Order: sequence, then structure tokens, then C-alpha cells
Amino acid sequence: MIGAAVAVASTSCLGAVVPPLAVLDWHAVFFMLFAAAACGCALAVVLADNVVRMAFYLVLSLGATAGLFFLAGAEFVGAMQLMIYVGGTLVLLVFGVMLTAQAPFVSIKTSAGEKAVAGLLGGALLTLLLVAALSVEPWRRPGSVGPTEPSATPLGMALVGVRVDEPPAGSPAVGRSGYLLPFEIISVHLLVVLVAAAYLARAKRRKTPRPVEMVASVEPPVSVAEHAAIGREAPAGAPARSGSVLVGGGS
Amino acid sequence: MVEYLIDRVGLPGWLAWTAAAALAAVLILNVIAGGALVFIWAERKIAARIQDRLGPTRTGGKFGWLQSLADGIKLLAKEDLMPDGADGMLFRLAPYVSFCASFCAFIALPFAFDFVGLRLNVAVFFVVAVLGLEVFGVILAGYASASKWSLFGSMREAAQVVSYEVPLGMCVVVPVMLAGSMDMVTIAEKQAGWFWNWYLFHDPFTFVIFWVYVTCAVASVNRAPFDLAEAESELVAGFHTEYSGLRWSFFFMAEYGSMFLVSAMAAVLFLGGWNGPVPLATLAGLSEGTGDTAGYLVRLLGMVNLLGKATLGVLVMMWIRWTLPRLRIDQVMTTCLKYCTPIAAVMFAGAMLWQLFLPGGLVPGMRRPAGEIREGWLEGPGGRAAASAPTGSGDLVLVPAAQVRP
Repeated sequence: MIGAAVAVASTSCLGAVVPPLAVLDWHAVFFMLFAAAACGCALAVVLADNVVRMAFYLVLSLGATAGLFFLAGAEFVGAMQLMIYVGGTLVLLVFGVMLTAQAPFVSIKTSAGEKAVAGLLGGALLTLLLVAALSVEPWRRPGSVGPTEPSATPLGMALVGVRVDEPPAGSPAVGRSGYLLPFEIISVHLLVVLVAAAYLARAKRRKTPRPVEMVASVEPPVSVAEHAAIGREAPAGAPARSGSVLVGGGS
Repeated sequence: MVEYLIDRVGLPGWLAWTAAAALAAVLILNVIAGGALVFIWAERKIAARIQDRLGPTRTGGKFGWLQSLADGIKLLAKEDLMPDGADGMLFRLAPYVSFCASFCAFIALPFAFDFVGLRLNVAVFFVVAVLGLEVFGVILAGYASASKWSLFGSMREAAQVVSYEVPLGMCVVVPVMLAGSMDMVTIAEKQAGWFWNWYLFHDPFTFVIFWVYVTCAVASVNRAPFDLAEAESELVAGFHTEYSGLRWSFFFMAEYGSMFLVSAMAAVLFLGGWNGPVPLATLAGLSEGTGDTAGYLVRLLGMVNLLGKATLGVLVMMWIRWTLPRLRIDQVMTTCLKYCTPIAAVMFAGAMLWQLFLPGGLVPGMRRPAGEIREGWLEGPGGRAAASAPTGSGDLVLVPAAQVRP
């Protein structure tokens, strides 16, 4: 009994799936909390003028969106959101930190013209989205979309080619209407990108290494760029290393 | 408990839900905070013993039991300093970001059957994703401190954690593949029975990949020999150079919380979860799935099992820390990209082939879990679960877990 309660109850930063209640609707409370956090932090991203703070607000906004996914019972999508978007912003943050070591990027001011154009564009897109969302008939009635069993299994089966939801049994397309081909294409594509990124980021070697005594006797003036290319003295934050960071985050 | 509060105690629904949720949250919080107290004391004792010293001996009796508490009081009384050039908001928030990530990951961790904050269908994935966010706090701390040492430390940590996520993910995938589910409760249930049912002993490949997981887990929580972010011989104290008092201690609570978490993950994924090496409860004819007192006691025993395994993992990490010298940054990257990743990839392929060609193991009939599998589709058409399910036809039957659960 206690175990069952523990299983469903949790006041976390990421929220819990709680069925509607009579007096206080926790579901609605959490929805409003996460929605407000997502919108407020998104605004803060636009209004902040420090790159690292922008990235931080972006993380909060995307995390709140993940909370909304969890609230809707889409656990896999929520975890994906955390992994890809929030984790991806990590790399953005790293670049932000590296850039703000230089003066021109410490504070980024947007001009009034840029703000006007961005506002116009954003407003137009928002209007389009709202109109499109409100035109879907079942979405306008509350509670018309019933709760679904949260499971990643149908998603995974569909990716390897087995659709368990449709089409109906007996149709010749049963078991052959999944997304195996797109999945494979994307996998191979990502692998190619990964290998290419590793190739570009690797330390380049000279084709014929010079004998040791020549290096010792005639030390040529080596530029900083050459140092980085040889890979002898690249500091932790230098661009030569950042390639590997990008590869890890991009996967 | 919600039903109990509503029916027996007579609380209104929303209050019962709030109370149950608060209880779960407080329990998890206490696992982290109380665990940190014990582990810090243990770390000091172990470090001392390995260096042929005694460690804390006076505070609170013979073994210095109360040393961590005394430290805590000292930290509370310390002045909360902030450098002049620091970014105030981010500097103050960074420790909480770290701690929050560590705390959130605990939500999906099962301590025994049904003893889980929130049973997620994608628990393994969720924990790995959230654990990667802990580094955010470190990067923010390093940036906001306006100190070169902090910045260097946090940059090292970023490179390290992001790199080690790759092999760590590959190691985690293997038990997921063997169990056919990302639900940690299901994964642990599949390893019920004697200890040879544990995924550690499933085949040679899982045995090897467990050690790869240990390496990657130590690296991903920034413990020595991978603690470059706070290398005190080079970077003063790394990312927390400028921190003092309670904020500093939050970083440490997060670190010890993460250590415990990756150890508990290892226990669930490879070491049978809450199933002991000998299935005492099953031999005595008890089941953990029942709702009566006996079932509750069996689950409590399971929780002791899991906590014991996780604590053992933390102690091994301490042993490693005080035994091995710290690696250089290039050695850390080499370990990850040249050794851990390829080994994990090969072992993953090997485990897959083993599962294809020798699904029953070398000794037929040896690997039969004593626990009940509660996720219906795992068993297939001939299995126990499908037989009890309403629709038992077709190659693959999706039965909602709620229907199969006793």
C-alpha cells in the first residue's frame, strides 16, 4: 500500500503524473507551473544580454518543456528532451563561456530595429501556430484525449519496423509499416557525421617526422596555430579541443 | 498510501496526494543528505587507513562518528563569500543546479519492488539524461566565479563528462537489451533468483562491460582518478575554488548523491537490483508482490539489499580514489575514446550475438528467474503473462502492465 503510494507520488522539479482531483487539481497546477516557467524563461533568453545567462535561461525553459511532456505522460519524449535539447545546450554554454573570455561578447545588445523584426517574425509564427492548434476540433474540448499507457515499447517497435497500433490485423501491410528505413538512414547519416567530425578534430601529424637531433639543434619559430596543429600544447579550452566536445554532445 | 489516507484517515483527496508526495520527496532528500554525512565520514576513515593514519577519532566517541555533523555545523557558521567580479545570480544558483540534477535522478531509482519515487517506463534513459545535467552547475560555478582556476576546472569537467556519456550510454544499453525494457523495476525483476541470474554473470561480455561501466561511472561523477575538475595540485580547488560555507557543501552533497546513484544503477543493471545473491524470500515461499505484511517485509529486505550493494559501490570508489594517482587530461580522453568506447561497442555486439545464439546460457535451465515478470509483452505468446492476459493471440501482444500486475 505504501509502496503503491510512493510509486505515484512525487513532488519533483520535473513533476509527476497525477490524475485530476476534486478540490485541488494538481495536474492543472503543475501544468501552469511548467508552462509559466517555460514561457518566462524563454522571454528571459530574449531579454538577457549575457551569453551564459541566456544559455542558462534556455536550459530552464527547455527543462520546463520536458516537465510538460512528463505531465502529459509522454515519458520517452520528455527524457529525449532532457537528453538532446538540455544536454545540447550544455555545448552552447561551453561555447558561451569560451566566447565571453573576449570583451566584445561579454554583453550583447540588440538594436531596436532587430527587436522589431524579431518581434514581427515571432508574432507571426505564434499566430500561425495558435490558429493551427485551435482549428483541431478534439483539442478544443477539455479531457477529450484520454490517458494513454506511458510506454516506449510501441515507439521502439515502430522504429524496427513493427507497428503495433496500426494497421488492423489481416491487412497485408501488418508488420511492414514501421519506420525501419528512415531509422537506418538517419543512423548511418549520424555515423558518417560522427566519423567526419572526429576526422576534422584530430591532431594532424607531419608526414615525415624530422630526426630528433635536427629539432634540438635548429628550433624553427613555431606559431601558435602550428602548436595547436601539432597538438603539443593545446590548452583545455582551446578550439583544437572543442571539436571533441562537440562530437560528444552532438551524438 | 493515498487510498489509506483517504479511506481510513479521512483526509480530502488533494491533501492526501500532497502528503504522500511530500513523504516521497522527503525520503529521497534524506537518502542523499543522510547518505552524504555517512559517506564523508567513511571517506575520511578509509583515506586515513589507506595512508596508514587513524582519521577522525575524537568527535563523538571512539571512531569519530560525529565528525561529519561537526563539519556540517562548521560549514553553517562559515561566512558566505562571493568574489567581486562574480556574476552574482549564477554564482548563487550554481550549487543548487548541481544538487537538483542529482536529486531528480533519484526519483526514478527503484529501492525495491514498488519502492520507487516515480515508476518511469524509460527510467534508465531518464537517469542517464538527468545525471548528465549535473555538470551544468559545475560549468556555471566555474564561469560565475570570475576566477581562472574555476574556469579551467569547469572546462575540463565539461569535456570529460560529455565524452564519457558515450561509453556510459553503451554500457547501459546492454542490460536494457537483455531485459527488453528501460524500466528499472522490470530490469531488476528479470534478475531475480540465485546470483547467477544477475546480468553480471549472464555471459562473458556483460562481465567485461560491467567493468567498463564502473570506469565510466567513476569518470562521470568526477571521482579520482578522474577528478581533474578539482585537481588541487594544479587548480587550487578547481571549480569550487571561490565557494565557501553551505554553498560549497551543496556541491559535495551532489557529488556523494551522484556516487550513490551510479552505484545503485550498477546494482540494478548488473547486480540483480534488490534481489540478494540467495533468494531467501522465494525459498521461504514469500512473494514481494503481495500487499500484506509479509510482502512488505520482503520488499524491505530487498531495499536493504539494494542499499548494501550501492554502499559497497561507493566504498569501492573511495578505495579507488585513495589508491590510484590522478590521470592527465589527455590520458582521461584516451581512456574514454580509445579504450572504453571501442570495448563497450565490441561487448555490446558480443552480448547481442550471445543473446541470439545462446539465449538459455551454457547450462540449460539454469537461468530461470524466480520472480514474476509483470510486463506482459516480454513473455511472448507462450509465457505466463500472456496466458493470463485477455488476448493471447498473435506474435506480439501488448498487454498494459496494469492488467498483468497482481
